[in-house]
Amino acid sequence: MNGPEIVWLPDGRRLHMNHGPIDLIVEAFGAPEEVEAAYRQAARCFRTILGELVEELAELRRPSTPRPRPFSGPTARRMETAASRFAEIFVTPMAAVAGSVADEMLAAMLAGRALDRAYVNDGGDIAIHLAPGQSMKAAIAGTGHGLSDRLVIRAEDRMRGIATSGWRGRSFSLGIADAVTVLARDAAAADVAATLIANAVDLPGRPAIRREHACTLQPDTDLGERLVTTDVGLLADEEICEALERGLAVAEDYRRRGLIEAAALFLAGQSRDCGNALPETAAPHDASLFKSHTEPQHA
Amino acid sequence: MSELSERFETHDPGEKKVAEKIRCDACPVMCYIAEGRTGACDRYGNVGGRIVRCDPLTILEHAEETGGAVTPFLAEGEDWNGELVRSGRRFVSGIGAGTTYPDYKPAPFIVSQEVEGVDLVTVVTEGIFSYCGAKVKIDTDRHLGDETAAVRAEGEVIGHVSTAEYGSQMLSLGGVHHLTGGSKAEGRATCDALLSLCNKQPVELTIDGGVNVVVQAGKAPIIDGKPEHRMRVGCGSATIGMFATQWKDLVDEVVVVDDHITGVVSEHQAGKVLGWQDTGIKILGRRSTPGRYFKVSEPGLGWGGTTISDPLQILGEWNPKKGARPGLSLLMVSTTGEQFAYFELDDDLKPVGKPFPERLRKSVDLIEDNCEAALCTVLFVGGAGGSLRAGVTENPVNLTRSVHGLQTYVTVGGAPVYVWPGGGIMLMVDVMRTPDNAFGYVPTPALVAPIEFTLRRDDYERLGGYVSEICTVEDIIAHGGEYLNPRRGAGAPGINPWPPLGYLRHAPGRL
Repeated sequence: MNGPEIVWLPDGRRLHMNHGPIDLIVEAFGAPEEVEAAYRQAARCFRTILGELVEELAELRRPSTPRPRPFSGPTARRMETAASRFAEIFVTPMAAVAGSVADEMLAAMLAGRALDRAYVNDGGDIAIHLAPGQSMKAAIAGTGHGLSDRLVIRAEDRMRGIATSGWRGRSFSLGIADAVTVLARDAAAADVAATLIANAVDLPGRPAIRREHACTLQPDTDLGERLVTTDVGLLADEEICEALERGLAVAEDYRRRGLIEAAALFLAGQSRDCGNALPETAAPHDASLFKSHTEPQHA
Repeated sequence: MSELSERFETHDPGEKKVAEKIRCDACPVMCYIAEGRTGACDRYGNVGGRIVRCDPLTILEHAEETGGAVTPFLAEGEDWNGELVRSGRRFVSGIGAGTTYPDYKPAPFIVSQEVEGVDLVTVVTEGIFSYCGAKVKIDTDRHLGDETAAVRAEGEVIGHVSTAEYGSQMLSLGGVHHLTGGSKAEGRATCDALLSLCNKQPVELTIDGGVNVVVQAGKAPIIDGKPEHRMRVGCGSATIGMFATQWKDLVDEVVVVDDHITGVVSEHQAGKVLGWQDTGIKILGRRSTPGRYFKVSEPGLGWGGTTISDPLQILGEWNPKKGARPGLSLLMVSTTGEQFAYFELDDDLKPVGKPFPERLRKSVDLIEDNCEAALCTVLFVGGAGGSLRAGVTENPVNLTRSVHGLQTYVTVGGAPVYVWPGGGIMLMVDVMRTPDNAFGYVPTPALVAPIEFTLRRDDYERLGGYVSEICTVEDIIAHGGEYLNPRRGAGAPGINPWPPLGYLRHAPGRL
């Protein structure tokens, strides 16, 4: 069995941390000694984070309800807290795992430290720290707008988490969205919301959409017998519109209730913007490239 | 490495392949993976009912002559195109080799190589060491904690402070009682700390009643948040002996402050020989022999490894009958040269701090220059036990006898080892000589370390080795062996001899 691995990326600024399914890019900005201490704290936290999750994995794969269950690990608690806020429909804490790991790692880095900016990018689900007056750019790839598709997050904005979900990604989706990107107060909330909005972008009963039982694809999935999308055939424009509107209704509901700040939904070349997530209405050239990543704003 | 976990699983051996799902043990998640799918990480998959590991088998490239830098012949992640890019000396290391289960199956790789006309065989495997530990030598004068004090990682006891060796502080970590004999949390903390130490990563340790120290092989220790730089040049008395001539005629008195022995030049034999005059100084400590004092202070993080921050606190009244006089000059310096101060006696014979004179600068710098760097070294200690040996020969004790008889040369990831005399194959290896990330773990908890046994092919046959399993390095590069391992080239650490040559030097009489 392999232990956690932490290496510098070739640029010598960012740390790459990998342990099993957790794959992080971590970067901090500030006084050199603060950055170094933050990296040391992050590395220490990373050593145990996966092992702690695995100890409670069986319970984390069971559905949440609006009443959060007690978990002993801090990351597991974040997952349950985030999932339970959305638990009027089926959701397990696993919907928040990537975002919660990002949040927990960011919190470990910040404890007792004074950093200008920092982020933890867990495979596209990103937790952000901004000191007063600071800002960070996040680029949403594949929107076909080149540099214009960058959104700037400022310290005074409430959003500190970005997450993306879709059936083409690493996790299963019940819906057909190519990608849904959500901005929320933390990465855990963004992660759950992106999963559930992407699930809602759907056209039930259409033959063009191929679905399989999750458990036949992955025996220990938290989704059990539920049908997950494995292929999306050609869709008519009105079908794309219908599917996106279903997702948008869910996104708007979450935004009104203060669960998320903004969302962008993509399907087959069309998109919907909820709460002004996109600088301008954008249509992706190649949604399969969809990915979000952050970079510091040097300006 | 899917075979590895079987022996730690409590379910029936047959259960694993039910409905073509297999359990991956590349990480603690231990996904069940359906045929043709990958696990949660997307990197390990079930191909034809077998976990295909993406941890590559590491083939080390040794420079023609040891000591030089080597370039890896194949970058990680690149596809092997089947061509030999370099004609250098290759060695199939145990890193990523996996192991076999049950034990009586031959080791994953048994590799033949001809070296200087001698047919050699290297048996390559990964050993699971649930009885293993690390001996940590910390070159520092700082008092880290009392002998036998518990050493903790993540709050769990993982070892203790051992007897100091020469000038260094020693920690003895791990071992079966901490790894598998205590609570689950203790075992996990021990395994995590050992794994990080062996993979040359930093580990934060706290010593009961002592300090907090960050230990990393090949790096200076960080003690209570402060990186250490040097060790003392010697004790205070030795420092006087080394540098007394440097101070003659430049200063009236020199006190070298040290945790162990504090030296006074005017009283010390080295000063006397040079005709040093008495100064009427009084040291508050236990006098050993002239000019040498024990216990001027408790061990600590101040001057010369004491608790002293103001050196004057170790001085008593100055005695005018024995030479004390106004204007008498005094240098006080620690045994690392990092702390120093200059004083002159006033009319009441009280020492008063003065700007440090240029003329003494050279002697203080000289002390600092002569100090060894503060450094942590980590030796992995493990036993190649009965089960592992069975993968090498049909009669395991033959391997032990062969190792002790110098017929078999043992390496860990290609790094030479010291085999402790006596029973079993108990080996020690400097982790700095192993390739990066050579160590892994299983949740038992236990460390997984590469191990290779190199011996003459005819000796191997006589030992009862698995002759029919012998293959060449080229075979392995082309096919990857039974476990479908990807292959990865890496430069061997430059200080290691190519193991087959190491064998020839190790057992010259055998040729």
